[in-house]
Amino acid sequence: MFEGWLLSLLIWLPILGGAWVLAIGQRSLGAVRGAAVVVASVAFLLAVALWLAFEPAGGMQLMEQRDWVPSLGIQYYLGVDGISMPLVVLTAFATLLVVIAGCSDAIHYRVAQYMGAFLIMEGLMIGVFVALDAILFYVFWEAMLVPMFLLIGIWGGANRIYATIKFFLYTFLGSVLMLIAFLYMRLEAGSFSVLDFHDLSLGLDVQVPIFLALLAAFAVKVPMWPVHTWLPDAHTEAPTGGSVILAAVTLKMGAYGFLRYALPIVPEASAQLAWLVIAVSLIAIVYIGLVAIAQTDMKRLIAYSSIAHMGFATLGFFVVFQAGLGAAAGEGALTAMTGGYVQLISHGFISAALFLCVGVLYDRMHTRDIAAYGGVVNRMPAFGALFVLFALANAGLPGTSGFVGELLVILGSYQASFWYAALAGLTLIVGAAYSLWLVKRVVFGPVANEEVDGLRDLDRRELALLGVLAVLVIGLGIYPQALVTVAEPALVELLDDVSAALTAAR
Amino acid sequence: MSFETPDLSAALPELWLLVATCGVLVVDLFSSDPRRTATLYLTQGALLVTAVLALATQWGPAEVAFSGHYVVDSLGAVLKAVVVLLSALALGYSRPYLGERGLLQGEYYLLTLFASLGMLVIASGASLLTLYLGLELLSLSLYALVGYHRDSARGPEAAMKYFVLGALASGILLYGMSMVYGASASLELGVIADVAANHEDPLLLLFGATFMLVGVAFKLGAAPFHAWVPDVYQGAPTPVTLLISTAPKVAVVALFLRLFVDGLGPLHAELQAMLLLVAVASLLVGNLVAIVQTNFKRMLAYSAISHAGFIFVGFAAGTEAGHAAALFYTITYSIMAAGAFGLVTVLSRAGLEAEEIADLRGLNERHPVYAGVLLLVLLSMTGIPGTVGFYAKYLVVQAAVQAGLIPMAVFAVIAAVVGAFYYLRVLKVAYFDRPEVGQDPEALPTPGASAPIRSLLVINGVAVLVLGVFPERLIALCRAAIGL
Repeated sequence: MFEGWLLSLLIWLPILGGAWVLAIGQRSLGAVRGAAVVVASVAFLLAVALWLAFEPAGGMQLMEQRDWVPSLGIQYYLGVDGISMPLVVLTAFATLLVVIAGCSDAIHYRVAQYMGAFLIMEGLMIGVFVALDAILFYVFWEAMLVPMFLLIGIWGGANRIYATIKFFLYTFLGSVLMLIAFLYMRLEAGSFSVLDFHDLSLGLDVQVPIFLALLAAFAVKVPMWPVHTWLPDAHTEAPTGGSVILAAVTLKMGAYGFLRYALPIVPEASAQLAWLVIAVSLIAIVYIGLVAIAQTDMKRLIAYSSIAHMGFATLGFFVVFQAGLGAAAGEGALTAMTGGYVQLISHGFISAALFLCVGVLYDRMHTRDIAAYGGVVNRMPAFGALFVLFALANAGLPGTSGFVGELLVILGSYQASFWYAALAGLTLIVGAAYSLWLVKRVVFGPVANEEVDGLRDLDRRELALLGVLAVLVIGLGIYPQALVTVAEPALVELLDDVSAALTAAR
Repeated sequence: MSFETPDLSAALPELWLLVATCGVLVVDLFSSDPRRTATLYLTQGALLVTAVLALATQWGPAEVAFSGHYVVDSLGAVLKAVVVLLSALALGYSRPYLGERGLLQGEYYLLTLFASLGMLVIASGASLLTLYLGLELLSLSLYALVGYHRDSARGPEAAMKYFVLGALASGILLYGMSMVYGASASLELGVIADVAANHEDPLLLLFGATFMLVGVAFKLGAAPFHAWVPDVYQGAPTPVTLLISTAPKVAVVALFLRLFVDGLGPLHAELQAMLLLVAVASLLVGNLVAIVQTNFKRMLAYSAISHAGFIFVGFAAGTEAGHAAALFYTITYSIMAAGAFGLVTVLSRAGLEAEEIADLRGLNERHPVYAGVLLLVLLSMTGIPGTVGFYAKYLVVQAAVQAGLIPMAVFAVIAAVVGAFYYLRVLKVAYFDRPEVGQDPEALPTPGASAPIRSLLVINGVAVLVLGVFPERLIALCRAAIGL
């Protein structure tokens, strides 16, 4: 019915809804919360409609193309394929979660601005995933920093100002170089359309600087070692909702950038420099995993584990160049790529759940220090059960979504090199170590102190949020096919394009 | 021997503004209203009519009039409309500020009108003489305006510095013009362009161009000729700072376009290194020194220096796209600067200038709408997409990339990231710092001005957003003015 408008609606309904929430900010708290929940729910329903309307074999679809700034050749050009569609749904889902979570009394300062910022950010992030014009993409990519900057700075923890300015400047510096790369490609391709960029055949000497400029933008966002240092600060100081969005969606934007821009536009440079990305991904998996073990702050620990898990995604995307591209070489490349992609979505659920769990504890005890807890399960049995489930999923327990992505990436890496698989496989030990040790210190054992003794278990709202996430984590673990069916055709097409370009270049 | 009366209608906007200025002068003389209401409305009316006249009568292909001293073209029409509208905007903000400090006199309006007239003359200047006359009319009016608040400590000092350094710069400019005249034997820019294109040994022309460039860079406040900017921005009454940071910048861009494109355009290859040097120096000095400022007006002064650097990046590209980018940058920067200084004007009252960054503490808590305006304006100066500042930087960087100046483009965007830091610092004060507990609310800056002026400020802030989402009209206008 409104298929020609669906993507625009998904972008603009949350943005205008956020503006509406800001406008009624002077009214009662109930009105603001109600309005925010309504807007986020409608946006989520639209995302579900998108999932239903989507045809996995249909390639790029639901396109909208209008002139935006004709004198510069910039278009308002939207479309989704199997790579971006699940991310759009994930964004709408995560925003609905944090808006509902934000209805608790933990957020009492300027509630309208808090909700408005999340809703506006939702529209901007969906815009990142569906934009097919490079400048439109850049506009959403950068504009999204502003609400996040305010969210961390206004509602964050003690060290929030340092964290938020660091977050902003890091990501801003990464992305301005991407803009120059886009401008250069515009000169070559004659338009800003991403699909035209895909058809470019640039020389290797040009591809390498473009790849490095894109890498600067995406690596900061993912984040990859060694430009990850903003993330532990930002995650730790952000309010619970901000941490959830950062982990569940913002990090995915970087990975999405690799799939949409780096691999298809500059395949030769990607192949040439794949060793670099693989190396830093393995460092992230092993070294950052070890760093996570040493953390004493719960949010910091989860933040470092996020970096390690995103390392799996980037490993999966770039190991394809060494796992034998093309139809003849077998399934190794596709396995790794699919694994990396499943890891993205799975990490979106698991990290969101873990940050919500920490938020639940923080709202009650006002500390994130692991040492302040112990024996929580004695007073919060339902919370204890869910927290253990998510921690195990984080460690890659079979039957949870965390297992699928890691297994596929390790299998794919094995086709490239035994040592990649061996190093990546270490995560099963390291991940289990930090996840289980976290659970042991926080949840199990005797009740540690009087404050823990006074804890009350989850209320209905919290139980519903975490329960839905638990169902998704287990569901995706048991039946990953639901996601793979949607994404695989697009990933196959991407791999075919890349291998064709590499063959042509030889 | 025949005597021809030149066709005066070619200069209709200037003549109208001159007549209207004289009319305002007379009306003000006989007005006893202490609020100068008639003067204000007549002045604003005169400026708006000038904008309409400029666009209606002068848009079109170039025509030279008055024996080659005056040119009627689209570029001039757009420049004139923009400068008078910006002057009107500056006056719109100023009345409560002046009234509270006992400065509300007719002279303020007249000086602004004469400054506007000077800017119009620059916009249509087709000879060295016209350009110099326009520039001096503008500068002399501005010197007087900067020292307008006689009783303040900083004002007269700033005016003195501005006058001495400005006179020196005018002298250097005139010296350069004399050399160019010596080399080409003509004051007309068209003739100079022919000579520059066919000169075998352009050494004298280049010497002249160098001196002229110094003068232009000074007037635009570009490093290394920026020493006056911080003192003048800080010392002048805030509405005057608002005026200085908007319309005259556009006029100086007009001066550059006339002198170095219409006139010495053929020498661009030789001059490019100098333009790049000025751009790099301005970006460095402006962005780095702004970081340590505690006074908001002074910080904006250093930020203006860095924005001048961006404008020079557009000049250095040397293409029509680069010139259109510089024009667009200047116009949009003027809108942002008007918003920022307008906010300071609205928040201040007699005895509390509200010009320290610390005065903005907790603004979001007390006045979220004004904090929103500050947010939009500063994000736009940073160059965040969604605000018009993004397209300003985008056009400049695109022109640089197209002209093959990729290292310059990379340097410029990295400078923009450095600049982001001090804008964010102000936002941090306004959004993240809470007002001190127990502080007397009376001692905090409060929007005091009348409702129309407060709405003007909000419209100014929203304009930054609307132009950022729908930039097409303004970009197309700037490109058409340059002839793209």
